[in-house]
Amino acid sequence: MTAGTVTSSGVRAGHDGFGQLLRAEWIKFRTVRGWVIGLVVAALVTVGVGLLAHDSCSNGNGTACSLPLGPGGEAVADSFYFVRQPLAGNGSITVRVTSLTGQIPTGSSTGRVRAGAGSGPGAGAGAGASMRSGLEPWSKAGIILAASTRQGAAYAAMMVTGTHGVRMQYNYTGDTPGLAGAVSTASPRWLRLTRSGETVTGYDSADGLSWTRVGTVRLAGLPSTVQAGLFAASPLYTKIVSQSLGGSSGTGGPTLASGTFDRVALGGNWPDGRWTGADIGGADAMYPQDPGAFHQAGDRIIVTGSGDIAPDVPGSGGGVNISQTLVGTFAGLIAVVVVATMFITAEYRRGLIRVTLAASPRRSRVLAAKAIVTGLVVFATGLVAAAIALPLGEQALRKGGSFIDPVSTLTELRLVAGTAALFAVAAVLALAIGTMLRHSAVAVTAVIVVIVAPYILGTVLPAGATQWLLRVTPAAGFAIQGAYPRYSQITASYSAAGGYYPLMPWAGLAVLCAWTAVALGLAAYLLRRRDA
Amino acid sequence: MTAVPLGPGPTGPGPTGPGRAGSDVAGALHAEWTKQRTVPGTIWLLLAAAVLTAAVSAAAAASTRCASGAVCRVDTAKISLTGVDLGQAVVAILAVLAVTGEYSTGMIRVTLAAMPRRTTVLAAKTIVVTGLVLVAGTIGVLGSVLAGRLILPGHGFSPARGYALLSLGDGPVLRAAGGSVLYLVLIALLSLGVATVIRESGFAIGAVLALLYVVPIIASVVTDPHWQRHLQQIAPMTAGLDIQATAGLSSLPLSPWAGLGVLAAWAGGALLAGGLVLRLRDA
Repeated sequence: MTAGTVTSSGVRAGHDGFGQLLRAEWIKFRTVRGWVIGLVVAALVTVGVGLLAHDSCSNGNGTACSLPLGPGGEAVADSFYFVRQPLAGNGSITVRVTSLTGQIPTGSSTGRVRAGAGSGPGAGAGAGASMRSGLEPWSKAGIILAASTRQGAAYAAMMVTGTHGVRMQYNYTGDTPGLAGAVSTASPRWLRLTRSGETVTGYDSADGLSWTRVGTVRLAGLPSTVQAGLFAASPLYTKIVSQSLGGSSGTGGPTLASGTFDRVALGGNWPDGRWTGADIGGADAMYPQDPGAFHQAGDRIIVTGSGDIAPDVPGSGGGVNISQTLVGTFAGLIAVVVVATMFITAEYRRGLIRVTLAASPRRSRVLAAKAIVTGLVVFATGLVAAAIALPLGEQALRKGGSFIDPVSTLTELRLVAGTAALFAVAAVLALAIGTMLRHSAVAVTAVIVVIVAPYILGTVLPAGATQWLLRVTPAAGFAIQGAYPRYSQITASYSAAGGYYPLMPWAGLAVLCAWTAVALGLAAYLLRRRDA
Repeated sequence: MTAVPLGPGPTGPGPTGPGRAGSDVAGALHAEWTKQRTVPGTIWLLLAAAVLTAAVSAAAAASTRCASGAVCRVDTAKISLTGVDLGQAVVAILAVLAVTGEYSTGMIRVTLAAMPRRTTVLAAKTIVVTGLVLVAGTIGVLGSVLAGRLILPGHGFSPARGYALLSLGDGPVLRAAGGSVLYLVLIALLSLGVATVIRESGFAIGAVLALLYVVPIIASVVTDPHWQRHLQQIAPMTAGLDIQATAGLSSLPLSPWAGLGVLAAWAGGALLAGGLVLRLRDA
């Protein structure tokens, strides 16, 4: 009878024990004024520093900065030279491309610009004098079928490129490789697009006899009459001069590409019967562009164009990266790390740890309770801070005339919740390291250094070494703030400073979690083995 | 009877006053030196500062390569001194603990009771910490330069390709190396001042590291070049580290010595604030 009572009360004590432990740790946390102030400071600097992030609109012509949006809602560059005529209903276009040549600015004659940034469309004026012949890797010439001539319209295109062979591209983000190798008179490329309802199919061929299907794409809402024809585009030329976190300043400017076409064969109903040429984008576009032209001599058509048909890479002169609004995370994180570390080291300094461990001798549970309280409190703080910083920062950027590359609501939610998670996991890491080292100054420094080191060293180290550090150190957790996908069909400097991390968002956070788990395990082990 | 002990009283301190003040400083120095020497952490922190500086520098040099045939615009001296970026954190711990260690144990009350001239106490701490960091910083920086001299030629930065071997006989390299030691000393003084104001290790080191590391990170993300430049001119770390540049001086936000001057102003300001607060506040 007595034995039964003891057992049941023992079990109850076990359950109540952890709840009480949590409660005790929560009371400790909220009654120390310095820690509460520390968390408030963390939230305030996260929001405040984010408001400092601003970007001057690099559009040189005085119009409001804005980029066209593609069918998927993403910001796009849509500037090229279009030689077109309407195609009514189903039909096809077939051409032979015999050459692709280009012109790029000479290094000395262009001003310093940010990596990938243009200095406005005006910069390209007077092209001939400052250009030398050369081809950008992603210069394009080929055939295109677009819903309209409006920027951001749905399209599908077959093209030859500077160094990436034949491609089929569609709706800005889609890219499928076709025949490899460069185009020349000796080795021409045949391209074909056929339209059937909303479906467009691309084919390529080396001889015009045996054709290979490259891809089929359905363009939702394609009108019955579309604009189709030949095009040429050539993206900005950038040469990085000085490197900071993988690229911050360089020289460059608009480039030109010329494609030579012949054997143009049209199938279906082409009511106009003649080609008209125009720059899409033109003077008002944010994407710097040199004026293009086309020249028809008998069967042969030469199309020269500038610009790009591709997704925009924020931070490269067009739009702004939305994660700029969260740049205050670094400052907030330092405050969080200080508070979380002191949550345990203060107990050692004041000898309170002996009381704590006497009251609950199962030491791992004390650590678990502390970790849970720290994690939850800091997560809540981070959630509030990020949920304010993001919309407020967006508003400030837009007020300053900047264009923020749009992201989905889901991505915005991930940025806010992910930032809160980054705060919480880093705080638990700090708690674990504080438990191991037991001295606040050393522990705080250790955590801050491992988190900021890749960014600090990134200003000096080569880009490769920095990327490697951002994969394996706890700083990988910042990947959760990456907002945009990378595209292989654009030459861009995807750097951490620009908001592009080497790991996928959740993978980066997982790396930080793994470090934290290891640190917690070690901390629990040391807490059990050592005298307090 | 009572007049006899009073007699030498007023005369006694008169002539010996200045002498006593001098021995006050010497005594304070001796006391601070003894404290620093006997605190178990000091030697480890000094060792860690020197080793971390040299090791990170060596790693930076090892990760930098110049492919044959390419022209690499790399400031070899700056690369070889990269370790200072992280070594400074350990130096900051040392300086912060020199002050906050006394507050956490209550030792500060004994110290101030024994030496009521509080600015003298701070001055003595400053001198002792300066001496210690000079030694550790010099070792760390010499190790860094040596690592760069040994590693970089094998990575494409050889004299045959126009990159001189790092040598302290070279004026700019000497400026970069000597300046880096001074940089570490100034970081220690800055930390000492901040710690005297804040008095709590965790908060103090957090404040120092935030001051050092947050601005460079924000500056690298800020896309407006004017803003970026201004931030780099006023922040203690970015301005101070201009001293490490040996190439492309014209594109720096500040000249090397002016940059170190900005850091010195920060350190001086922090020490001044610390001294004032120490005088005015109860311990």
